[in-house]
Amino acid sequence: MAYESLFNRVQVRTEPDPGVALPAGSLPRLGRGSFSYLYGILGDAQIGPIYLGTFGIASLFCGFVAIEIIGLNMWASVGWDPIQFVRQLPWLALEPPAPEYGLSLPPLAEGGWWLMAGFFLTASILLWWARMYERARALGMGTHVAWAFASAIWLYLVLGFIRPILMGSWAEAVPFGIFPHLDWTAAFSIRYGNLFYNPFHMLSIAFLYGSTLLFAMHGATILAVGRLGGDRELEQIVSRGTAAERSSLFWRWTMGFNATMESIHRWAWWFAVLTTLTGGIGILLTGTVVDNWYLWAVKHGVAPSYPQVLPPVADPAMGVTP
Amino acid sequence: MKLRSCIPILVLALTASLTACERPPVEVDQLNYRGLGLETVKNPRRLEDKLEASQIPAALPPVPAVGPKASEIYQNVQVLGDLSAGEFNRIMIAMTQWVSPAQGCTYCHAGENLASDDLYTKVVARRMLQMTRAINGEWTSHVAGTGVTCYTCHRGQAVPAHYWFEDPDADGVRMVGYTAGQNAPAPQAGLASLPSDPFTRFIAARAHDSIRVQGTTALPTGNGTSIKDTEHTYALMMHLSTSLGVNCGYCHNSRSFGPWEASSPQRVTAWHGLGMVRDVNEEYMTSLTDVFPAHRKGPAGDVFKVNCATCHQGLPKPLNGVSMVKDYPNLVGAAPAR
Repeated sequence: MAYESLFNRVQVRTEPDPGVALPAGSLPRLGRGSFSYLYGILGDAQIGPIYLGTFGIASLFCGFVAIEIIGLNMWASVGWDPIQFVRQLPWLALEPPAPEYGLSLPPLAEGGWWLMAGFFLTASILLWWARMYERARALGMGTHVAWAFASAIWLYLVLGFIRPILMGSWAEAVPFGIFPHLDWTAAFSIRYGNLFYNPFHMLSIAFLYGSTLLFAMHGATILAVGRLGGDRELEQIVSRGTAAERSSLFWRWTMGFNATMESIHRWAWWFAVLTTLTGGIGILLTGTVVDNWYLWAVKHGVAPSYPQVLPPVADPAMGVTP
Repeated sequence: MKLRSCIPILVLALTASLTACERPPVEVDQLNYRGLGLETVKNPRRLEDKLEASQIPAALPPVPAVGPKASEIYQNVQVLGDLSAGEFNRIMIAMTQWVSPAQGCTYCHAGENLASDDLYTKVVARRMLQMTRAINGEWTSHVAGTGVTCYTCHRGQAVPAHYWFEDPDADGVRMVGYTAGQNAPAPQAGLASLPSDPFTRFIAARAHDSIRVQGTTALPTGNGTSIKDTEHTYALMMHLSTSLGVNCGYCHNSRSFGPWEASSPQRVTAWHGLGMVRDVNEEYMTSLTDVFPAHRKGPAGDVFKVNCATCHQGLPKPLNGVSMVKDYPNLVGAAPAR
């Protein structure tokens, strides 16, 4: 008997699926659901209904306030010129207060807006996390998505909240802006003697690149056995069919080892979660525990040395009274 | 069908996103041990334009150092007075050629009375002569024997193409839209969103903030330099890099910017250059604050000040390292007393 593959490009049009009944005390779902051809190419063609609930509404409100504060401050920084706002948008930012303010509340004009935007953005993100947790519980699911999201939130909080507090200065935090946050990243690495020598940064990169590799391997494997029923991954976990057997055999043949239909998802989850978890630890240690990662790496035999090919150079300021 | 109609738009958008890029091929010079990526990337087409713009004017024929001194023949000669009148006039003609070829002698000299200091330009020119002689005599740690002349900066223009003013809005403090002096395309920092004025705190005067940001110990031992300070240093370094048309690796080993042992000798030359620029800005430019008229001053009422680009204009060595001073040895002042 041939397997009936669910992998095809047919888009079904019927009455939109409203979803299972909501638990007592829930707010109503919004909308009745509709279909989009373009969405159907990317994923499910059905859009909505959406469930916002208290957390969702509060999160969207806080997020809106944060984006307004950031956007209006950016717009003000170009003198409310709409054309310059669009032209310079990648350069614009809402900047944290100057180091002189430490952890005190600065005036609005000198970083107070940044603090306020940070508060609302953080509230929005935490409320969204609560919403993901709650929705997963309402559907009787595990809370894996919420905990994976929590790992990303950990890195965000370390960068903008926990590390600045440990360093005693809001100025250590990241500005809200596109190029400015990248410049901040480069300056951060320069200040602390090259972040590439931070072992937790190394781990984070390994997990990040590993995530993309695992994603490619897993996606490709399942697509490759789709004609054999591999698209029914969960069924194949419970009752291994020829798709699971062949995909496992494929990797055993090519690299001597294979994940299982079940464990590959744990691999993926942990790689993704460890990317931001280790990254956050690396940032947290920088400046608080280690001041110069290059010298740290030299001290611990991590940084290699190579032949000196240029004439030796000494600090010209040595012995000079400034 | 629907997807296909998007393709031309996508192609256009992708093409537009490339317009700010330089087209290949580029040339790469290896600067340090192999495999480290410590190299200078050069665009031969842009380099050609820069070299074209760095052609020097032919030297005036030399004149003998004989005859009466300039100070004996002319009045109010405060600099170069011990030159022969012939040598003195040769310098004057060269200066006109270098600084005000279109305006001529009267750009500085008020009509018939050559001794008059009525025009501010003459007072400035005298100070600049003193500066040129001081640079060539005292700052050989930076200009070596190549030296500088008026032409190094002026290139036939009364005002050199590259200078800087203090930005009165540099702190970026306003009710809404606080920028901390950054977060706009900063021409001085290679159009990055880094601080737009990396000069006032580092090279305006001999007293300056520390450029060095990295700690010299692995673990924290009291180096309180903030990320914002680092961004100012970063902006200054971007200015050096763009002014000289070189990458970070020209001076630094980019795996660890701080240590001098890992740096190239050019970094020492650059370090002396920053000292020279501070000296020039404090001793020569700022001292002319009362001389320059208002329309020659910046929005904060300060005078023109120099930075690396003033001389270098995109090349590692100004005028591609060609020495004009060898034809004008009178422009070399006394070496500092040791």
